[in-house]
Amino acid sequence: MAHDSRYGVNEFAFKVATVNGTGSASANGLLLQALFRMGIPVSGKNVFPSNIQGLPTWYEIRVNKDGYTARSPDFQLVVAMNPQSYERDIEEVVSGGWVLYDSTRALDDRLRREDVTFLGAPLARMCVENFEGSRTRILMKNIMYVGALVGLLDIDMDVVRGMLQEKFSAKPHLIDANLKAIELGHRYALEHYDCPLPIRLESMDATRDCVMVTGNVAAGLGCVYAGATVGAWYPITPSTSLMDGFTEFCHRFRIDPETGKKNFCIIQAEDELAAAGMVIGASWMGARSFTPTSGPGISLMSEFIGLAYYAEIPSVFFDVQRTGPSTGMPTRTQQGDLMLCAYASHGDTKHIVLFPADPRECFEFAVAAFDLAERFQTPVFVVSDLDIGMNDWMIPRLEWDDAYVPDRGKVLSAEDLEKAESFYRYLDVDGDHVPYRTLPGVHPKGAYFTRGSGHDKYGRYTEGSDEYIEVVDRLLEKIESAGDHVPAPEVFGEGATEEGGASYGMISIGGCHWAVLEARDDLAARGIEIDYLRVRGFPFNRTVEDFLEHHDRIFVIEQNRDEQLRKLLLMETSCPKHKLTSITYYGGQPLSKGHVLGGLAEHIEILPAGVGGPT
Amino acid sequence: MSYITKPTARHPAMRVNKLGLTPRDYEGAMSTLCAGCGHDSVTAALIQAFFELDVEPHRVAKLSGIGCSSKTPTYFISEAHGFNSVHGRMPSIAAGANAANRDLLYVGISGDGDSLSIGLGQFCHAIRRNVNMLYVLENNGVYGLTKGQFSASADVGTKSKKGEVNQQGPIDAVNVALTLGATFVARSFSGDKAQLVPILKAGLRHRGFAFIDVISPCVTFNDHVGSTKSYAHTRTHMHEVIETDFVPIRTEIEAEYAEGSVRAVKMHDGSTLQLRKVAEDYDPTDRAAVIDYLGGVVRRGEVPTGLLYLAEAGADMHEFSETVDQPLVEVPYDKLCPGSAGLEAVQKEWW
Repeated sequence: MAHDSRYGVNEFAFKVATVNGTGSASANGLLLQALFRMGIPVSGKNVFPSNIQGLPTWYEIRVNKDGYTARSPDFQLVVAMNPQSYERDIEEVVSGGWVLYDSTRALDDRLRREDVTFLGAPLARMCVENFEGSRTRILMKNIMYVGALVGLLDIDMDVVRGMLQEKFSAKPHLIDANLKAIELGHRYALEHYDCPLPIRLESMDATRDCVMVTGNVAAGLGCVYAGATVGAWYPITPSTSLMDGFTEFCHRFRIDPETGKKNFCIIQAEDELAAAGMVIGASWMGARSFTPTSGPGISLMSEFIGLAYYAEIPSVFFDVQRTGPSTGMPTRTQQGDLMLCAYASHGDTKHIVLFPADPRECFEFAVAAFDLAERFQTPVFVVSDLDIGMNDWMIPRLEWDDAYVPDRGKVLSAEDLEKAESFYRYLDVDGDHVPYRTLPGVHPKGAYFTRGSGHDKYGRYTEGSDEYIEVVDRLLEKIESAGDHVPAPEVFGEGATEEGGASYGMISIGGCHWAVLEARDDLAARGIEIDYLRVRGFPFNRTVEDFLEHHDRIFVIEQNRDEQLRKLLLMETSCPKHKLTSITYYGGQPLSKGHVLGGLAEHIEILPAGVGGPT
Repeated sequence: MSYITKPTARHPAMRVNKLGLTPRDYEGAMSTLCAGCGHDSVTAALIQAFFELDVEPHRVAKLSGIGCSSKTPTYFISEAHGFNSVHGRMPSIAAGANAANRDLLYVGISGDGDSLSIGLGQFCHAIRRNVNMLYVLENNGVYGLTKGQFSASADVGTKSKKGEVNQQGPIDAVNVALTLGATFVARSFSGDKAQLVPILKAGLRHRGFAFIDVISPCVTFNDHVGSTKSYAHTRTHMHEVIETDFVPIRTEIEAEYAEGSVRAVKMHDGSTLQLRKVAEDYDPTDRAAVIDYLGGVVRRGEVPTGLLYLAEAGADMHEFSETVDQPLVEVPYDKLCPGSAGLEAVQKEWW
């Protein structure tokens, strides 16, 4: 069967199926980075099990010359290295595609398909013949399939060699073995198959101003740049690499040159409750402090989050979302914690939440979160997800303004207090709903009692209705006023927030963005214009209200079952219910263009036939 | 907790410490606990300890969880910041606060419900971390605010006010602390200020987690015949294992005791502790022997008291973490941010 002509040079997706714990992750990382260094827009999605060793794992790579990086489930090639998952993997290749498999053992005839081309290479046998030791043989098999792909896809061999040399510069004996494995795979492909395949690569110049990084590492770096000094955490997938990143950068940048001691303190807590308590304790003292976690952690931290909200203690929480509820699917992505974070804890609460769409925003929003937390004296959540947090993303180079000064908010110094006649912690002196704060140890006049129990505006315990209401009403106004200070939404479409824009609109959030953009461009190419707004913060900026007002019908695209973004929009704006239609996908994979188009096709009659089919 | 302001009148003959402060300057709001509550005696002992140690009031941070005991930070040092947090979670707040500002004097006040039930995990981990703080557990064997349920420290066979007999074994906080490697473990009685004050002072000067379990009877729900946490029972069953004297820096030690019975222990800040053994074969620096000895005392139905165990040399959380000597809250931002040059260097590796 002929190969699908929509795919070809620098425009295809492939998938590598291996066994977890065998070293394939580094081989796949090598592949992704090689394509990136060839200047080709590329994205990688690691689909891994919640397991240490022995279960099927996949790595999906999409190359797209136009720069689309959303997940594409249309695999033109599958590198099938794991007999456990052969059946499913072979099924997933698109018609006209290819399967590269290890032909050391003959493929079961029942697995063969007429409409795909099978490319066998006896990788295991070649490893046995060329390398000693079972561990080395297993590792080298991974490098060998990279070698075969170098031939089949026309990957720049010089780039691959250069990367291996960089990677193993400290271990020269490994360079030789790796280069040998690459060569063996490469030569086998060239000798046995018509290389390259029609889906292949050509060097471009589209990644020069980009870097490749995960959202968690970028967020960890953001915490360093924000000046965070105390990080407390409890390990949980998929957030662990955020604290790993922070730790690494702290060791690099925060060791006092004179004493060798650390200008930071990282505490691995006994659980998420304690991690939240530590963040609140450190913030109470005036340090910038944070904790990275995932949904289950936010559930556990909720009691403390309410305390920080009510006692007005700045604190930063990163929620790298995974598939819930309960333990859910810890290694799959979702946007199921939108409601949880917006209103975490019992009683009347509402929080500032930021929604990055890629690692660049993870970095930027990390810094913004600390500023907002201190300015509004309240918990701030940065809500990303497993896809953004753990996968390598190609993003525009990060920038830093050396003139940046942290916004520490209204904190009274010893001099301020010396001069002050009196100090009352929760008094709205400036009429902007944000009271003045003092830090322990600074001045006797600044002392007050921080408490989660009822208090009046003077900071005194109260059980009186009016005194209680006065404080909680101010809190609500304070949080709502933050809507103008959270990152403004990104709006696509001329005049989309004014009269006379397109009648259809889309709203999405976080990592959905890339698939929505691609779908929107796809429709625009067919002459259908749909305006689009990406929410980046909560409480909603007034632009969100304007966008809602000026469209008759709006599709809310998000990755959870319960239409959480749609419900937040309905609760927090004046938008009538009938205007908002949900398009949800919550199966645990990153969103792809097909999900968006398929969803739209169910609801928009004007879409031409064929839109929303399998793409 | 309710809030009652105290009158500010001061007696002219009141004692003055080195800072020119009187004990009054270490007081807080009026207590709203029941008249005769053991906790108020602990508060009084704390006030005396702070006063006598010449502590600057605003350099103290007072923390607590939830419960009767956790109300008490309101009743001392009104010029210190206080934090009445959530039930059982004070240790984590204290750990985070201490991580951020290691120079303040941290005092955590907790109760048996707060530390041994809902907060047992946090209590244990604060010990493991050796957070530099004084941790006072006001132990009365019952939940007071919810009207008299047994707590986890209630002894087998003790009777509730309603006559119910407790059957579940108690969690002995001293034993827990010893087993987990606490560096300062003491037990005292709210009714014995002479014993309690020197121990509190020693605890405040100890570098690391100083744990004091204070039997502090609940007059309303657990002071009846048949209770093992009543005033009467504690007085008659208290077994002082060791007597403690706290000698501040630069004070000459006067040999009051017969030679051989006193052990002088140098504290981290230069002050000295004089421990006078009541029991001859007791060594307060031998953890295994202490656990063994106390086990025997408890089996006889007695309540061992005194500064039971002390290890002055243990590393605290900051030493484990290798943090700078300067409090992190005082490290200037330019020392924390690597700037655009740093970002460029990092991004070279992201290619």
